[in-house]
Amino acid sequence: MFWERGFRDPHLVKRIIEKIREAAPKRDVVKICHVCGTHEWVISHYGIRSLLPETVDVVAGPGCPVCVTPAAEVDEAIEAALRGAVLACFGDVIRVPGSNMSPMEAKVKGAEVRVVYSVTDAVKMAEREPNKDFVFFAIGFETTAPSTAAEILKGSPRNLSFLVSHRLIPPVMELMLGIGDLQIDAFIAPGHVSTIIGLEPYEIFPKAYRMPTIIAGFEPVDVLLAIYMALKQIRDGRAALENEYNRAVRREGNVRAKDLMRRVFNVVGGSWRGIGRVPDSTLTLREEYAKYDAREKYGIKILSGRDVRPGCQCHLVIVGKIKPTECPLFMRACTPQKPVGPCMVGIEGTCRIWAVTRQQLSRGNRFEEG
Amino acid sequence: MCLAIPAKVIEISGDLARVDFGGIVREVNVSLVDVKVGDYVLVHAGYAIQVIDEAEAEETLELWRKILELEEGESEG
Ligand code: SF4
Repeated sequence: MFWERGFRDPHLVKRIIEKIREAAPKRDVVKICHVCGTHEWVISHYGIRSLLPETVDVVAGPGCPVCVTPAAEVDEAIEAALRGAVLACFGDVIRVPGSNMSPMEAKVKGAEVRVVYSVTDAVKMAEREPNKDFVFFAIGFETTAPSTAAEILKGSPRNLSFLVSHRLIPPVMELMLGIGDLQIDAFIAPGHVSTIIGLEPYEIFPKAYRMPTIIAGFEPVDVLLAIYMALKQIRDGRAALENEYNRAVRREGNVRAKDLMRRVFNVVGGSWRGIGRVPDSTLTLREEYAKYDAREKYGIKILSGRDVRPGCQCHLVIVGKIKPTECPLFMRACTPQKPVGPCMVGIEGTCRIWAVTRQQLSRGNRFEEG
Repeated sequence: MCLAIPAKVIEISGDLARVDFGGIVREVNVSLVDVKVGDYVLVHAGYAIQVIDEAEAEETLELWRKILELEEGESEG
C-alpha cells in the first residue's frame, strides 16, 4: 500500500513536529485525550510523546473494550461456561479478571473456553458440533457490534447464544467531559469506530461543549496531524469537528452496518469497568432476538462484581487521570505476564501497551533510529 | 480488538472474499461494504468494515505537504 509509506514519512513527521512546537502553548499545558487502544499503540510504539513539547499532554481515555467490560459481565460468561456451555471469546478476553477468576482460570476448573478470531468462527464451531451449546461473548465497540448483528440476522444455529456486551464510544466521551478534574482540552476521536458511525455523533462535542474534536487514522502522520489540528483550534479559540481520516471515514459512516445494529440491538444505559454507569452506552438484544440471549437461556444476570482489585489504579488509568507509571504496581506486582488489572490484560490496555513498548523502545522514538 | 488492518481484496464470492494482508491471505466477510477486486478494505474481527479510498489517501498527503510548506513560507515571510 503506497500511501502507508507516506503516512510514516519521517520527513513529513519532522515538519509536523515543528508545526506542533509553534502551535503549542508556551506555558499552560493542554490535554488532548484519545479514546482508542490503537491510537495509544501508535503513540507509544513510535515514541510520539517524546517528540512533543512539554506543554502538550496526550492521554488515553477508555478505548480498550476488554478493559471497560465490567467484572460482572465476565462473571456471567464464566457462569455460562461453568453451567456447561462452551464459551467462545476473543483472545485477549480469556485472561481478563472477573470478580473471582478469569475465563482462563475457569478453564482450569473444567469450563470449556475457546478462543475465536471472529463471531463467524463461533458460528462455524456451533454448526460443526451440534451436540454442544455455545455462548459467544460479544465484546467490543461499534466496530465489532455490526458483525454480531449480521450473524444474528442471518439466523445463527440454535446451539449458539450471545452474551452481548457491546459498548458505544460517544456516550462515554460525553461522560468524561462531566468529570470535573479531567480538564480535557481536545478529543482525538477513534478512526475505526468512526468508519461505522460517521461524523454526526461527534457534532455535540464542539457544539455543546466547545471541544475541538479530530477524527484520526492510525499511522504516525495521522496522529501527529490530529494533534496539530487540535492545537491550532485551541490556539485560535475555535471548536470544530474535523476529519483527518477521510480516506476511510465518510460523513454518513457505514450505513449498512448502522442499520444492522439498529435492527438487532436496543441502546440502554450500562456500567463500564472503572467508570460506572454511562447513559445510553451499551447494547442489548431486541425483544425479537431474545432466543439468542445467553442471559435468558442460562438464567444468568449478575448485577455487580469486583471491578477493581486492591492497589490497582485501572479506574484512574482508564479515564486518563493518571499514567500507568503512576500506579505503584506497574511493572512490579503487575506485568503483562502476571497482570493484576484489566488495563494490563487487553492488548489495547494502556498499561499493557506502555509495558510492552517501553521494553522495545531504546531511544524515545522510532524516527531517529535508523 | 478495535484493531482494524488494511487488506487488498483478491477474490470475491458472495458475502466472502479472500484478502491479502501484505502476504498473508485470509477469508473475510464483506457483506457490510461494497467492494470489488483490487480495493483496499479495513478488516476488523473477520469483517471488512470500510473501503479505503486510495485517491483520498493520496490527496490528503499531497494537501498536507502543501499546507505545511505554505505555512512554513508564511511564518518565514
Ligand atoms: S499497572 Fe496493573 S494494577 Fe496498575 S493500573 Fe495498570 S493494570 Fe491496574
